[in-house]
This record gives sequence, C-alpha cells and structure tokens, in this order.
Amino acid sequence: MKNHFILRVVSKALIPLILLFAFYVQFHGDYGPGGGFQAGVILGSGFILYALVFGLKNAERVTPARVVETLCALGVLIYAGTGIATLFYGGNFLEYGAFHGVAWHAHPTAEQAHHFEHMHHAQHLGINLVEVGVGTTVTAVMMTVFYAFAGRKRVEPPAAKTAESNP
Amino acid sequence: MSLDLVLDAALFAFLIVMAIGMIREKNLFAAVMLSGIFSLLSAGLYVVMDAVDVAFTEAAVGAGISTVLMVAALALTKTEEKESEGQPLLAAMVCFMTGLVLVYATLDMPTIGDPNGPIHHHMAPEFLMPSYEQMGVQNFVTTVLASFRGYDTMGETTVVLAAAVGVLLLLRSDRPEPVDGRDEARPSLSDGRDEARPSLSDGRDEARPSLSGDA
Repeated sequence: MKNHFILRVVSKALIPLILLFAFYVQFHGDYGPGGGFQAGVILGSGFILYALVFGLKNAERVTPARVVETLCALGVLIYAGTGIATLFYGGNFLEYGAFHGVAWHAHPTAEQAHHFEHMHHAQHLGINLVEVGVGTTVTAVMMTVFYAFAGRKRVEPPAAKTAESNP
Repeated sequence: MSLDLVLDAALFAFLIVMAIGMIREKNLFAAVMLSGIFSLLSAGLYVVMDAVDVAFTEAAVGAGISTVLMVAALALTKTEEKESEGQPLLAAMVCFMTGLVLVYATLDMPTIGDPNGPIHHHMAPEFLMPSYEQMGVQNFVTTVLASFRGYDTMGETTVVLAAAVGVLLLLRSDRPEPVDGRDEARPSLSDGRDEARPSLSDGRDEARPSLSGDA
C-alpha cells in the first residue's frame, strides 16, 4: 500500500490523532466512557494502521516485535504490582484505599472530610495504575497478534503448488 | 412511537440483513467487511441502550481490530469460501433449537428499564450509589471494573496476555523476514513452510530449531 498517495497522506495525518485520542481515553476513563481496554485497542490500531500503510518492516523499526512482546507481560506485571504495592501499604490485594497512606490510620477520628479526599485520590491513583497496566497489555497484544499474522506468508495448498510456482 | 423504538427497529433490521448477508456471501473478504458493519451496528444498539462503554469497546474491537486481524488472516488463505458438501441438516437443527432455548430463557428476564427488576434492588444501591461517594470516580463502569471487580479485570488482562502467548506459539515459529510488498515475496514460498525456516538466521531465532523439532 506504499504507493497509495492518498492513503499515505491521510494516515499520516490521522495516526497522531489516533494516538492522542487513545491517551485521552486512557486517562479520562474515570470521568467518561473508556478505560484501559478501549485505549489499548485504539493505541494498538494506530500502530497497526502504520504497519498496514507503510509496511511491516518500517513498523518494526518503530516498535520492534521483541519490545512489544515484552510489553504484553509488563502490563500484567503493572496490574499485579499495583496489588502487591497495596499490600505493602497495609491494605488488601488491590485495595487502592491503602494508597492514601499511613497518615489516616494514625488519626482515625480527625478530619473526616480530609479523609474522603484522600480516599478519592487513593482510588484514582490505584484505578489509573491498573488501567495503565490493562492498556499496556492490550496495546501490545493487539500488535503482537497483528505482527504474527502479517509476518507470515501464504502457505499454498499442495494442489495449487505447481500452478503457482511459475509466475 | 418513540425515537428509541424506531432506532432499535432500524438497527435490528440492519443487523438481520448483515447476518443473512454474511451467511450467503461466498467471498470471504466481503463477509469480513459485513461482520465489521455488524459490529458497528451493535455498537449503535448499545449506544441506544445507554451502554456507552460497551458500545465503545464493540466499535473499537469488533469493527476495528478484529476486522483488521481477519483481513490479515485472509491474506494467508483463499478469498473464496469452499463449497460445503452435503446438507448440514443436523447442524441447522441444533442451531435452531439452541436459538429457541435462548429465546425461551429471555421470557423470564425483566424488561429493560423495569424498576422492579432484581438488578435495581440489590446491585444498584450497593454498587452504583456509593461509587462517587466512596471512590470519587464519576464513571461507575470504571469503578466496577477496576475497583470493585479488580480481581476479575486482572484475570481478564492475564487472559489477553495468554491469547498473545498462544498466537505467538502457533504462528511465530516460522516467522519469515518482514516484507513490504507481500505480493513480490509470495511466489518464492511455494514450497511450504519448512522451506521458509532457514531464512530466519537473525540471531534470536538460532535457539528455535529444537522447538520445531519437537513439533
């Protein structure tokens, strides 16, 4: 598709917007529709569009398959790591409230309003961390699956082999 | 007649048309495109039902990524569907009966938006109402997914990772050099997949022959 001039120009203009929109969906998921999964799919499709138009070779120069495969696992690690971190802050696994710090436990009765604010911040932090994990994994998995399919070549059935081997 | 009803009827009518089109279409490329439109229409239905998060996911995954992946898979195979032999009457009967059972199951469900539905009696008050109060997060879908059901979402993320691992194990073992013009490269691999393997001598695939030997 390298020779399609319109496709190249339009996708060059669209890809930055797609990537930006993905990050908007990622970090605005608390307030509007969206979240890590949708953001991951959009981000991944931005890269896939690049690979479709400019070729797999160029795409692999931007995002090497090896890096993408590492990111697949890294996202799950971020998610689970958030859970481990809440354990270290004295909460249960994935209990984001623990992020509000040890301060509140020391003064359980003081500043109830303040407490709620802290809890909200803690929840936002936890949810955002976890969503970043989801987004990373989903982006990387979508790209990995695409790379895996696009990197293969057509396997001709044995019957058609003789017919097609002489182009 | 409310606008919602008109929209629902139109979208469902188009869905049925798309489904019949997909069944009857012998050209696989056209069938993939129709399935993309099918997903987009269902995304529209979800929007009508006020499930914007689901609609978002359906539009991005169903109409976007999976269409692209299907096209990528189509590049590896034929574009025409193989003629099926015989009359799959038994399969048709099984599908029909399953459909009937599903329709029968919906008869017990409360109508959409029914305030007496069980969902509005113990789920909504416990999960939706305190969402903003306790969490400070406006979108309660995010709260439910990431906070209340954090374990579930972690499991789902792991499932997505497992899918990638499965695809890699199945497809990457004989990964050829990435090529730009796929058409130029095609005639050279008419000898089947084993011939393509020696070309992967770029270091990281050195260790792999033992894998392919087991398979």
